[in-house]
Amino acid sequence: MTGILWVHLVKDLRIEWRSREAVNSMLFFALLVVVLFSLSFDPQGAFSRDIAGGVLCVATMFASVSALNQAWAREIRHQVLDAQRMAPTPGADMFLAKVLANFLFVTVVQVVLAPVFVVMYNLRILGDAWKLALVLPLGTWALVANGTFFAALSIRSRNRELLLPLILFPIFMPALLAMVLATGSILTGDSDPTLWIKLLLGYDIIFTTVSLLLFEIVLHAE
Amino acid sequence: MPASSLAPARPSLCARLDQVSKLFGSFAALRHVSADLESGRCYVLLGENGAGKSTLLRILAGLLHPSLGTVRVFGDSEPHKARARIGYMSHAPMLYDELTAQENLRYFRNLYPGRDCLTPAEALRQVGLDPDLDRTLGQYSQGMRQRTSLARVLLPVPELLLLDEPFSNMDIESARQMVELLAGFRQTNRTIVITTHQRDLAAPIADWIFTLHAGRVASFDPGKPSV
Amino acid sequence: MKKLAISLYAAFTVYLLIRGFHQAIFVAPDESTMHEIQRIFYYHVPSAMSAFLFFAISLVGSIGFLASRRNQPEFAQRFDALALAGAEVGVVFCSVVLVTGPIWGRRAWGIWWTWDARLTTTLILWLIYVSYLLLRRFAAGPQVQTLAAVLGIFGAIDVPIVYMANRWWRTQHPSPVFFGGADSGISPKMLAAFLWNIAAWIAWGVLILGFRYYVERQSQKALAHEAQQALDHV
Repeated sequence: MTGILWVHLVKDLRIEWRSREAVNSMLFFALLVVVLFSLSFDPQGAFSRDIAGGVLCVATMFASVSALNQAWAREIRHQVLDAQRMAPTPGADMFLAKVLANFLFVTVVQVVLAPVFVVMYNLRILGDAWKLALVLPLGTWALVANGTFFAALSIRSRNRELLLPLILFPIFMPALLAMVLATGSILTGDSDPTLWIKLLLGYDIIFTTVSLLLFEIVLHAE
Repeated sequence: MPASSLAPARPSLCARLDQVSKLFGSFAALRHVSADLESGRCYVLLGENGAGKSTLLRILAGLLHPSLGTVRVFGDSEPHKARARIGYMSHAPMLYDELTAQENLRYFRNLYPGRDCLTPAEALRQVGLDPDLDRTLGQYSQGMRQRTSLARVLLPVPELLLLDEPFSNMDIESARQMVELLAGFRQTNRTIVITTHQRDLAAPIADWIFTLHAGRVASFDPGKPSV
Repeated sequence: MKKLAISLYAAFTVYLLIRGFHQAIFVAPDESTMHEIQRIFYYHVPSAMSAFLFFAISLVGSIGFLASRRNQPEFAQRFDALALAGAEVGVVFCSVVLVTGPIWGRRAWGIWWTWDARLTTTLILWLIYVSYLLLRRFAAGPQVQTLAAVLGIFGAIDVPIVYMANRWWRTQHPSPVFFGGADSGISPKMLAAFLWNIAAWIAWGVLILGFRYYVERQSQKALAHEAQQALDHV
């Protein structure tokens, strides 16, 4: 299991390292969303702290979808997926590697974007800042795991780039809610985010498990 | 339907198609195709575009499920279970443009744990490519990509080779070399199924020549293998 | 015989609907604080219950399809029709809930909509199943059944999580009238009207589900027939 996972992961990372398409496009996209929100809401003082969590999460979400839409593009382009389907190794490894790779890309974007974000919104974190290191990865995992799964699910449809957000966002909503509320409560320091962190953790465990179980069906759907 | 019962001696069976039909919506890509493929033979599939050649190959590869009828490959009713022993090459290269030939092959080789695979260099040499070429596949010519694709198929030493238009995009000389290579495989008791437009190229290794027309087997003739 | 049974069932459903309407509008007593607008409750809550019931039926169809698609394709087709019909009828009921809720809320709370736990849950539920129906339109070919079944299962798993998330978030919606705690419960006449309407709307939903299932089966059979013709055509 782990060996094959590693093989897929190294391949995905190597390809991204050569093209840097996903990270660069996400970075720029997320930056655009942050700027757009700043222009529309004019964040200042306490108000900026109130909405910052939501803006950060939604920016991550839109940026991720732009990359997730391309998650399987290279596999489709030259029918590489068929060769992978012929290999006698479980598709779950391939899926998990893809999730890990995309998770890394989104995390890189978040790490780069965070300082910019703090500056633009004049943020001073009032709660336990270290808890952000729990909330953001958990929320990102929820988004990327489901997004990678649904991207694979919409591979064979017409308008697949349109379809992905349409089926991903409704399912992702509870995780988004938890992510936004947890981030918000950390930034403002008003309430305890523990409950939301637990919800995110539960969401991640449940949906990752179900995705792993059902991926083979999606991979071989004809 | 002329079945392979015409064949003189009966070597072991590699694959059996029994009344296989494949429908895409209301389009019948294959209709009631029955055939036995014997081990160590080379079968050449002819037919115009849309005759069902590629569909038949994909069904044998286990990438498609027949709508009706059954397929057995190596005695297994699910070709998918025998997939490690099947090599399938389509018109697309089935390789990553962003990786070099070596990297591509190393990746795919690792997906066959526990199987005695060729090394990437061996596979590349077999198809007449220089293993030390340090270029990503995107910078290869069509013909070279085609050969690398064949090298990928050869990696796990498959017992059944399914090649979809292997000679397209190749100059005559490379195609001849490829035919010779395939002739060598036939001698080692491997089964080969080739679809092609270029009947003359494949004729020297064909034990049997199928012609598909509108999803049916229109003719089934013995070939005259000369290589 | 079959036709007779369906006609009788349809007639019975109509009877239940009339009876339910009569009970809700004329028999049930006036509610002391909310007055007439409270009567929407007899439509709102049964619709919500029906929506959950039909989404559950859709889930059964999805799981059944995935379980039987390889070995019993004929059964799988039935399950698929059930999954689709269940989701469609469920979306209709869910829409009724989303329409009647704000009408009531405008009078009772003074606002059309609030981001309350139950309202948000219902809205997200509606969005999930609409996205399921969208997938069935967008994805082409035979794999759409498999993909839709997978999405159906994902959606169903999401429902309790959505509910918990919203519950922890905020709650403005009236707490459950039944089994909701010490001061829950309603007068017997109201209960009667409520039960009649539950029976009526579920019966109606089952009738529509049956029709939708039948139509979907017919279109499946038409496709199969067309395919058979294509197969035999020389």
